[in-house]
Amino acid sequence: MINKNFFFKGYRSIFTHDSPAIALTCCFIAIGALFKNLGFNIQESIFSTVLTYALPGSLVMAESMLIGASLLNIFLAVWFVNARLYPMAVSLFPLMMHKSQPKWKYYFSCHFIAVSAWLIMKSNYKKIPKEYRIDYWIGIGTATVSVSVIGTFIGFYFSEFMNKDMMIGLAILNPVYFLCMMVGASKTIQVTLSVLLGIILGPIIYLFSTEWSILLAGVIGGTIAYLVGEYNVS
Amino acid sequence: MSANIVYAILVTSLATFLSRFLGALTSQGIKETSKLFKWFNCLAYATLAALIARTIIFPAGVLTESSYYSRSIVVFLSLFVFFISKKNFVYPTIFSAICMAIINNYI
Repeated sequence: MINKNFFFKGYRSIFTHDSPAIALTCCFIAIGALFKNLGFNIQESIFSTVLTYALPGSLVMAESMLIGASLLNIFLAVWFVNARLYPMAVSLFPLMMHKSQPKWKYYFSCHFIAVSAWLIMKSNYKKIPKEYRIDYWIGIGTATVSVSVIGTFIGFYFSEFMNKDMMIGLAILNPVYFLCMMVGASKTIQVTLSVLLGIILGPIIYLFSTEWSILLAGVIGGTIAYLVGEYNVS
Repeated sequence: MSANIVYAILVTSLATFLSRFLGALTSQGIKETSKLFKWFNCLAYATLAALIARTIIFPAGVLTESSYYSRSIVVFLSLFVFFISKKNFVYPTIFSAICMAIINNYI
């Protein structure tokens, strides 16, 4: 089934000195408080965190519900925002594929694709034998989801004790953490250029198309970075 | 209201899972040394960077109540902390939350 050693090794990866646990917990504290303000009960809040497990998607759902959007609108809005998960999955799963591992592990664990877990895996996969990377990945995913649930729980029950400034402080934490992780991961010309172009093009394209900005910036910036990297190598 | 919330959660999770599942499904024939893999790797990093930049410059949720300048100051100071702390991820993250709360309260 799942190799316990590598599963727990993955699980423990969020307890390291540069762990995303604090940032992730704080972000889901903000989400938990938001859910409470929207009229969710604690079960629904936890249910949402476990099933969705993607911050931008949860935010879009909350905003769509506030303006009374239809279920189809919610589906399309979330799908657009979370379409980034597709290239993330395609750029991660080939690193973990091994013929000795059953397919269900890959289909089940794709639920754990999210920025924090993805960046942890990308930084550490070389240290893990390929055969057991999927077990390590399931460990990382389980740990990050657990932390998210704890954050949602705290946010839901402690939202009354937090003022607006504290909530804003918690909300900036997530993009800052991810930005630092991306800068830290920029070790090759392709990745560095991808990050730089994404940062520049994302907000510019947003001025013309709010729904497609992230995807378009990703495709244009990523393709330019890829071509420049390949040209440099050749 | 409660049924609506459950339906909204289910629809959100379905829309999210779809991209993940399609990614896992189509990645099966891709080798990690192939050009297609490298291209998708660049797409993933660029997409994430675009998402982060958009979150900071055109935020959603509670961050809309802070000014663009305060967010920019916090991000630049946090990056400074990141570099002087030898690329530790925790110090700039905690610093950003405290700094943002203070700036938003006093400026």
